[in-house]
Amino acid sequence: MMYRSLFPRDVLAELDRLQREMQQGFRVSPSIRGVARGGFPAMNVGGTASSVEVYAFAPGIDPATLDVQIEKGVLTVAGERQLEQPGEKASVHIDERFAGRFRRVVTLPDDIDPSAVEARYRDGVLRISIGRKADTQARRITIQ
Amino acid sequence: MSETNTVSKADSRDDAALLPPVDVIEDASGITLFADLAGVPKDKLQLHVEGDTLTIEGEVDLEIPEGMESSHVEVGRPRYRRVFTLSRELDASKVAAEFKHGVLKLVIPKAEHAQARKVQVKVL
Repeated sequence: MMYRSLFPRDVLAELDRLQREMQQGFRVSPSIRGVARGGFPAMNVGGTASSVEVYAFAPGIDPATLDVQIEKGVLTVAGERQLEQPGEKASVHIDERFAGRFRRVVTLPDDIDPSAVEARYRDGVLRISIGRKADTQARRITIQ
Repeated sequence: MSETNTVSKADSRDDAALLPPVDVIEDASGITLFADLAGVPKDKLQLHVEGDTLTIEGEVDLEIPEGMESSHVEVGRPRYRRVFTLSRELDASKVAAEFKHGVLKLVIPKAEHAQARKVQVKVL
């Protein structure tokens, strides 16, 4: 889901959204699981020789309500983000932050070990570290 | 309160920053601003009020293991920045800020003289 911007006066947010949509349109091979970019939470994925690291930028969420699952090599991060409701007589000038249920899915490499997973939530970022199976880790072979 | 679209000259290429999504809500007592600054620790969040300009800046600090190679990047800059122009009836000296789980909440009260008052009409 996109960041909503219901108020046309926020030109910058509109341009931002337009740019994101255009980038998506020009992507040669979008993921089979749909929108790869611009969703909530935003995600960075990286890897080291011994682990796969997933960073989900999900600020303002109670970590206890986050649902993280790994099934058949697919990582799913789901949850709900509830925002403070404005008072009855308040007027909303800018409304860009994501609200509601979300779910994002990442396909993991084949060599991960689903039992070696660690998830931490700090400063609004959920970091999931998934270990790689020891027997598939590249080993440097010394030449005698 | 409005957003300034002038970019200061200090902005250079490596200084490029992400534009954090915000919500701005106004009621009779003032303006409440929420900004999503995921990955910014408390000590790397900076708020400046200079004249009628409010600047929100934060540096992203993630624990990244040594030798990590990125394969997919959506948050591609380690910095957030957004600048707002405050209007005159807001009292910038009384800004209250809260920062939790990467969400900044700013409450900017209206100056007392600017708060709407109901005028009692006395019938003699």
